[in-house]
Parts: sequence; C-alpha cells; structure tokens
Amino acid sequence: MTQDTKSPSIQPPKSTSGRRGFLSVAAAGLAGVMIAPGVRLIEIAQAATADTAPSRGASSKVRWGMLIDSGKCASGCTDCVTACNTENGLSGETRATDSQWIRKIEIKEVRTGKTQSLPMMCQHCAEPPCVDVCPTGASFKRADGIVLVDKHICIGCRYCVMACPYKARSFVHQPLSNQKADVPRGMGTVESCTLCVHKVDKGEMPACVSACSDAGHGAILFGDLNDPNSEISRRLASYPSRQIREDLNLNTGVRYSGI
Amino acid sequence: MKITLRELDGTSRGYYLLLGVLALVTAIGMGAVWYIEHNGHIVTGMNNQIVWGLPHVFAVFLVVAASGALNVASMASVFGKTEFKPLAPLSGLLAIALLLGGLTVLMLDLGRPDRLIVAMTHFNFKSIFALNIFLYSGFMGFVIAYLWTMMERSAQRFTPMAGLFAFVWRMALTTGTGSIFGFLVARQAFDSALFAPLFIALSLSYGLAVFLLVLMLAFNASKRPLDAALLARFARLQVIFVAAGLYFVLVFHLTNLYFTKHHDFQRFILLEGGVHTALFWLGQVVLGGIVPMILLMHPRIGELRGRIVAATLLVVGGGFAQMWVTIVGGQAFPLVIFPGRQVSSSFFDGVVNSYTPTLPEWLLGFSGIAIAGLIVMLAMKFLGFLPARLDGAEKQSTQRAAVAV
Repeated sequence: MTQDTKSPSIQPPKSTSGRRGFLSVAAAGLAGVMIAPGVRLIEIAQAATADTAPSRGASSKVRWGMLIDSGKCASGCTDCVTACNTENGLSGETRATDSQWIRKIEIKEVRTGKTQSLPMMCQHCAEPPCVDVCPTGASFKRADGIVLVDKHICIGCRYCVMACPYKARSFVHQPLSNQKADVPRGMGTVESCTLCVHKVDKGEMPACVSACSDAGHGAILFGDLNDPNSEISRRLASYPSRQIREDLNLNTGVRYSGI
Repeated sequence: MKITLRELDGTSRGYYLLLGVLALVTAIGMGAVWYIEHNGHIVTGMNNQIVWGLPHVFAVFLVVAASGALNVASMASVFGKTEFKPLAPLSGLLAIALLLGGLTVLMLDLGRPDRLIVAMTHFNFKSIFALNIFLYSGFMGFVIAYLWTMMERSAQRFTPMAGLFAFVWRMALTTGTGSIFGFLVARQAFDSALFAPLFIALSLSYGLAVFLLVLMLAFNASKRPLDAALLARFARLQVIFVAAGLYFVLVFHLTNLYFTKHHDFQRFILLEGGVHTALFWLGQVVLGGIVPMILLMHPRIGELRGRIVAATLLVVGGGFAQMWVTIVGGQAFPLVIFPGRQVSSSFFDGVVNSYTPTLPEWLLGFSGIAIAGLIVMLAMKFLGFLPARLDGAEKQSTQRAAVAV
C-alpha cells in the first residue's frame, strides 16, 4: 500500500493557532470594509472557518467500523446505551415512540436455551438500504462509510425506517428540547446512530466504545477497516466474525464475533 | 360517435348538501393535520415499530384506485370498446381526483410536510419513492392531456394516442406503487416482485368499484337514464377484476407457504394475527372478494342496481382491509434480524407490534376521500363530464356539447 492510500488512524484535530484564525478574520473583515463594501458576511465567516475547522471532510481512504465481541458483552449491562443517550441528548425512555439509537438485544437459541447479549445499532452498511430508498437523498453515506441523515432535507417519509434490516432508525415523534450542539435532531425527521461522527471527526472514540471499555468489558472495538494494520482489521483477519443479515450482502461496517 | 356531455344542473339540495359535507370533512381533516404537525406524530397511533399507519392505508388505496379508475377510458380508447366512450371523460376525471386525494393524505402525513418543495427539488433516482413523484405527476399530465383531446373538437384525432400513453403510464404508476413494498428487501412481509402485478390487479378492481359507485350516484341524482346492459357488462368486468386480485393474493401466500423462512409470517397473517388475520379472511377475502363476486354473478345483474351498489361497496371496503393487512399487518409482524432465534430488547424486537389509529389519523384519511369527492362534484357541475343519457338512445339525443371520444 502506498503512502497515499495508507489511511490515517485516529488523529487529533488539526489545531491552528488562535492568532492565525483571528488574523484571517481581521484581514478579511478589513478588506471587506475598505475595498469591497458589497462583500457578504458569509464569505468572511467562511474565511474564518476554513482554517479553524477540525476536519476538511470525510476521506474515502478510511472506513470506520466496529467489531463487537458478544462473548465479552455482559447480559444486563447497558452502559453503551446510557453513554449514547447522554452523548447525543436522547431521553433514554423506551416507549414505542421514543428514539433508540443503540439497544441491547438478548438472543436465545430456541433448542438449547443458550443466551447471548449484544448491542445493536446502525450497521453503517456499504450498501445501505436506507440510502437506496430515501427519495430526497437525506439518507446518505459519507466517504468514510458513516451513514447519516441530513436533517435539512429529510421530509419524514419514514421509508428508510421501513427499509432498514436492523430496526436501527427512529422517527422523532415529539418536540425536542435541550439538544446537544454537536448533534442536530428535529421533530418530524428520522435519525439513527451517527457513529458519534462529531467525536470521530475530532479523533475521539464513539461514546458507546468508551463506555464499554470503561465498564471493563472492552467488547466494542472501533477503528479503520481500510487500514490493514489497525487492530480491528487484524482481529477481523485472524478470528471468525460475521455480519448480521449477511444474506443481504450489505457489507456492514459493524461486525460481530462470538455469535 | 356523437355523445352529449352535460354539466350537472346543480340546483338540487342533495348536491349542495353532499358538497357541504365533503367540504366540512376536508376542513376537519386539515385541522387534524395542523394538530399532528403542531404536536408531532406522538398524537397519532404510529410509533417506531409501525411507522406507516392509517393515513397510508387511505393514501395507497386512493392512489391504487386512481389508476384503476382510468380503466373505462382505456377500454374505450385503447381497446376499442366503443360502448364505454361516453364514460371516458368521467373515468379520466375520477383518476385525477382520486390521485390528488391520495397524494394529499400521503403528503400531509409526512413528518415535515412543509418540506414538499424539498421533495420536488432533491431526487435520489434509486428510490422508488422519488421515481413515483415523476410517475404521479406524469400520470396527472397524461390524463389531463387525454381529457383535453376528448373535450376539444380539433384535438380529437389525438385521443387514441393520448389514451394509449395514459394507459401505459398507469401501468407504470401502479407498478411503482406496488414496488414501494416490493423493494423492501429486509422485511419478511414485503420483498416480493409480486407486489407490482398484485397492485395492478387490485387497481383494476378498486378503480372500477369506485367508478361504478360514482357513476350510479351521479346518474341517479341527476335523473339521467342508465342502460342495464351497460351496467351488466361492468358487473361482469368487476367479477373478473376481483378474481384477478384474489389470484395474485393466492399466489403470494402459496409462495410464502412453500418457503420455510416465511412460515412464521404466514402463521401470523393467516392464523394468529388477531385483527390483521380477521381483516384478511373476513374483510379482504370473504366480504371484499368472494361475496361481491357471488352477488355480481346474477344473470339479470344489470337490473339489480342495489345489488351492484352493495357489491362495489364491499369491494371498496375489502380494499381498505387489504391495504391495512398489507401495510399495517406487514409491520406488526416483528422484523426478523436473527432467524430461528428468540430475541428481546427495549426496542420491541421479537414482539408483535401494536397500533391503534387515533382520531386525527381517521380525519386525515377521510379528508383524502372528501378532496377526491369535491374535485369530482365541482368538475361535473362546471365542466360537463357526464353524458346526458346512457340508455341506448344517446346516439339520437340533442347535441349540446358534442364530443367524439
């Protein structure tokens, strides 16, 4: 693999000095005032954000994914769910109308009674049915494999909820309050696990991964599936794993072992 | 053939009463929409398990019936059945009205109906929903053009061509409507190419039933003569259409019964699904299928108008039952994520999902029917869509607004 295609591992945000950011705003502002009275404020804002933004957009060199070891996932533990709710500003209530971005599923083998537990959320498919069916393109997949909903063009038709094989999507049934600044949500639109894209773009782990690790289980491994040297890729190469509903051939970004 | 199309006189109290009722139902429906949009879908019975509820049942029925309502016109213009020509304008009018009624319900049940303009400007062409937007608007355009060629004397030579385009487009339209469900690859209740031909068969049946009800009501109310032989032909067609719908339903379930992976779903719909099972057998199959077929097979059916009305009402009722079983029943059956294993979670995995529609949903649904009714009534009054008489004597009747269709 060439240097170019070698995908970056999780990196801290590119920080630029405050002074440089300030100077670019000041320069743009001054130029606007002095030489171009018609300059639009938005251009000044863009000049300011161009240097200070934490990311220049997702790269297709990376494909973010997870490997979930159901053998390490403890039945009854819901730390990942709680962390997700806290991080993303979900109520945590579990009525039929409430959003649940991640949930614990208890699986029981009918014949033997053997039980297993695992977290289920958006599987960030490479070929996502939710993206296929979305009439407006609000359901989309980022270059790095993260499947998201553009809240500005979601019309709330719920076709993606019908299409998702994993029941990963929720429709917002009520007015929202106290939303998180990093996690836009809206009544009348559909939402699902974002793989904590706001954290990943800053080089951090998704909230559920950190919570599972903090709880001492370490059942969720997060990383770059495109990087053969990442731990997730090495584990996938060494041990058996599977995709849920692999018959659908969706090439999920979330993989499971131990089931 | 020269036929006289005449506007409704519209002076009767009955006309204005019905018009008033339809306007009121529409207004109340719009109030329900405001209530839902203000409070969110929490005030409906829908939830994250059953995301498409009663409004979709109404909307899909109306959209399917719309394409079928064009049957009569297609038979006249495409298949050369000249005896239906006088009714072709009414057929086209009903197609447009039902489609508008259905689309209104569909659109107003969106989470963000205020973003209609987004739906009109952002397209994902892999989505059958997005393609349907073109199929709907194209259908509307073709039928309007078709109606115009019928009404405008100088354009009448184009009527057969316009009729053919409208006919081909209606097949595409209903293929698209059925494929909304057929293309849902992950759902056990859907994921079948049969939905496209099934919906076409259903459209023939629902559309003709609605057409006959409107025709008989309008002719009866405006005291225009209606030929028994013509009604008998329609009745026989209705029998064939109902049978075609039942045939596709039979094939769908037989296929599912053959596939072991679908046995749980079949057991749910056919045996253990509670209200869905009852609506399937009693509503869709018996009252909506077998009974109307038996009623309509009477040798002198053309003279038994009450019987035709009863049979077509049953077909319409059976159609709503069928849409319920298909759309709501299909979602009530829990999505299978881990085949062959028992699952449980806080998100209702492995659980039969429940759904009870609330009043605002009923009001929204009925407003779709009312909107279609308003369009038909106003068009009949001001534009002259009804032949002056259809008792075999129309060919000699006075030609006031003569058209050749």
